Amino acid sequence: MAGILVVAEPQGSGFRRVGLEILSKARELKDSVGGPLAAYVGGSGVADQAAQLGAYGAEKVFVADHEALGTGLAAPHVDVLAQLQAENDFSAILFGGTVQGRDTAAALAARLGAGLNSDSTDLAPGGSGIQATRPAFGGQNLVQSTWTGGPQIALVRPNSFQASESGGSAEVVAVTPAISGDALRATVTARKPAEEGKISLEEASIIVSGGRGLGAPENFSVVEALAASLGAAVGASRAAVDAGWYPHPNQVGQTGKTVSPNLYIACGISGAVQHKVGMQTSDVIVAINKDEEAPIFQFADFGVVGDLFEIVPQLTELINQRKG
Amino acid sequence: MLAAVRRVPCITRARAHVNFQEPVFVKIAVCVKEVPDTTAEKRIDPGTGRLVRDEGDRMLNEFDKYAVEEAVRLKEAGAADEVILISLGPDKAVESLRQGLAMGADSLVLVSDPAAAGSDYLGTANALAKVLEDSGADLVLLGSEATDARSGVMAAALGEVSGRAWVTAANSLAVNGGSITVERQSDDGVDTVELPLPAVVSVTKAINEPRYPSLKGIMGAKKKPQEVKSLADAGIDASTVGEAGAKTTVLGVETPPARQAGQVVKDDGNGAQQILDFLVEKKIV
Ligand SMILES: Cc1cc2nc3c(=O)[nH]c(=O)nc-3n(C[C@H](O)[C@H](O)[C@H](O)COP(=O)(O)OP(=O)(O)OC[C@H]3O[C@@H](n4cnc5c(N)ncnc54)[C@H](O)[C@@H]3O)c2cc1C
Ligand SMILES: Nc1ncnc2c1ncn2[C@@H]1O[C@H](COP(=O)(O)O)[C@@H](O)[C@H]1O
Repeated sequence: MAGILVVAEPQGSGFRRVGLEILSKARELKDSVGGPLAAYVGGSGVADQAAQLGAYGAEKVFVADHEALGTGLAAPHVDVLAQLQAENDFSAILFGGTVQGRDTAAALAARLGAGLNSDSTDLAPGGSGIQATRPAFGGQNLVQSTWTGGPQIALVRPNSFQASESGGSAEVVAVTPAISGDALRATVTARKPAEEGKISLEEASIIVSGGRGLGAPENFSVVEALAASLGAAVGASRAAVDAGWYPHPNQVGQTGKTVSPNLYIACGISGAVQHKVGMQTSDVIVAINKDEEAPIFQFADFGVVGDLFEIVPQLTELINQRKG
Repeated sequence: MLAAVRRVPCITRARAHVNFQEPVFVKIAVCVKEVPDTTAEKRIDPGTGRLVRDEGDRMLNEFDKYAVEEAVRLKEAGAADEVILISLGPDKAVESLRQGLAMGADSLVLVSDPAAAGSDYLGTANALAKVLEDSGADLVLLGSEATDARSGVMAAALGEVSGRAWVTAANSLAVNGGSITVERQSDDGVDTVELPLPAVVSVTKAINEPRYPSLKGIMGAKKKPQEVKSLADAGIDASTVGEAGAKTTVLGVETPPARQAGQVVKDDGNGAQQILDFLVEKKIV
C-alpha cells in the first residue's frame, strides 16, 4: 500500500472546490499514511487542466480522458479507478461528497470490498492511518471512525477544509481507460444544465435561505438578490418548498439537504428542529425574523428581530456598495 | 433475468409513467429502512449512561416513502404487477415498515439477525443483494438517503454488488418495455438517462408526493405477508455482514456542546448595518 489518491472532479476549465479542499488537507495526512500524494482527474477533454492540481499539493496526477467519463455517471469512473488501484495499491482514496463523488466512492468501495467512511467533516492522522469524523443525529454527535483494512475510502463534506496552494507542481500521467460494457449500460441521452452561475447547496460556502416568512413565491427574489450579492446559493425551509415557492433540491433540513457552509443566513425561518438538523453545522448562522421568540434565535450567532422585507434588501444594498 | 409477464394492462391512472406500446410487467422491490427520529431530544439513561430508545422514536425513513409511492404508482398504472419491500434491521422494524404496506406494497421481507447488527454499507448491500437475487425483482427502488446516517451510498453499492445497471437521484421514472428512462438530478443540472432492466434506481423527493395511507390501507397492511428471516433463512453468509463483515470501525463518539444563542438585536432601521458589521468582524465579507 502506498500513498493517497484524491479524486478531483473537473468543472469547466478548473475543478470543483471540494477536490482542492481535500488535496490541501491530504498534504497533512502524508506523514501518517505515507506518500506520494496523487490525484485522479477523469472526464471528457480534461487533459489540459490536470496539471493545475500540482499547485494544491498533488505530486502525480492520473488523467483519464474519455467521452464516457464526462456524463456525470459514475460507473465508468469505477472501472478506471479500480484499474488504477490494481496498479498502484493506494492506502487511501478520498472523494468529495458530490452526487458523482458519492456514487463513485460507494460503487468503487463495494467493488474493492473496502471500507467507506461517508460524510466526513474531518480527516486526521490516527486509527489505521486516518481517522474520519462525521456528524450524526444532525450534528448532535460526532463519530470518529477508522478502517479495518485498506484501501481507506472516504467521502468528504464540501467546506470541511480550506483550499490552499502549496506552490508545488505535478507529474501528469495519462491513463488509457479500460471501460467495460457493463459500465456503459446506463447512458445519458440528454442534458439540461442548471442555470449559469447557480451554485449547488452542498458546495456553497454561503447560503441564504428563505422560509414561510417570505409569504409568496415571487418574494424569493429578495433572498435571491442577497444571495447574488454574496455569491451564495439559495436554500429554503420545507414550509416554503411544500408551498411550491421554491424547488425541492433547495430544501434544507431533516428531509432536505444537510449543509455546512461558512455562513448561513435564515430569512423568515422559525428554526424548527427539522430545519436545524440540516444546517446547525454551519460555521456562522445569521437569522432575520420578526418574532423575537422564534427558536432560530436560540442557536443563531447573530440575530435581528425585524421585518425581512426591510432588512434583507438593505443588507443586499450595503454588500453591493461594499463590493463597489 | 426479467421476470416479465406479458399481459394486457387493465388499469390506467391519470399519471401515466408507462409507455403502453410494449407492456412488460415488472416486479419491483423497494429497499426500506427503519430509522430513529433524528430530531427527537436524545435522553441518556442516568443509570446505564446509554441512549434511551423510545418505541415512538422509530419510523420509516422519510426518503423511502418516495420510492414506495413510485413503485405503487407504477403498479396502479399497470407497469408492475408486484411491489415487495425488503429491509435489513431489527425485528421490531416490521412495525415501522408496515407503513409501506399500508401505502400499497404487497409484501415485506425483513432480514433480522443479531449477527447482522453493526453492518456497514457493504454488509447491508450484501444482505439486500441476496434477498433481491431470490426475489426475482426486475426493478429495485431506494430512497436517496437514510435520515440517520445520511450517507446516500446504498443504491450505488447495491448496483455494484448485485451486478445490475444503476442510477441515482431520479426526479422521474418511466418504464418502457425492457428499459427505463429517468430524469436525473446531477451535480450540474438534470440529465435524461436510459438503462436496461434489471436495474437499481434511487429516487429524489421531486419524483412524487407520497400518499398518506388510508384507514383501509392501514387495516389491510396487517394481513399482508411480512416475513422476518434470519441470516440462515435468507441464505446470507454471516461473515459478510454485521461487525464481522464491517470494514470500518468506530473509535469514539463525542457530543459537542450545543450551539448557543448569540447576540440578538431589534431592528431600529440599523439591523442590516449591524449584520454587515458582524460579517466584517467575522471576516466573511
Ligand atoms: C418528518 C418531518 C420532516 C421535516 N423536514 C423538514 C426539513 O427538512 N426542512 C425544514 O425546513 N422543515 C422540515 N420540517 C418542517 C418543520 O417542522 C417546520 O414546519 C418548518 O421548518 C417551518 O418552516 P418555516 O420556518 O419556513 O415556517 P414557519 O415555522 O411558519 O416560520 C416562518 C417564520 O417567518 C417569520 N416571519 C414571517 N413574516 C416575516 C417577515 N416579514 N420578516 C421576518 N420574519 C417573518 C415568522 O415569525 C416565523 O418565525 C419537517 C417536519 C416533519 C414532521
Ligand atoms: N438496512 C437497510 N435496509 C433496507 N434498505 C436500506 C437499508 N439501508 C439503506 N437502505 C436503502 O438505501 C437508501 C439510502 O441509504 P443510505 O445509503 O444508508 O443513506 C435508503 O433510503 C434505503 O432505501
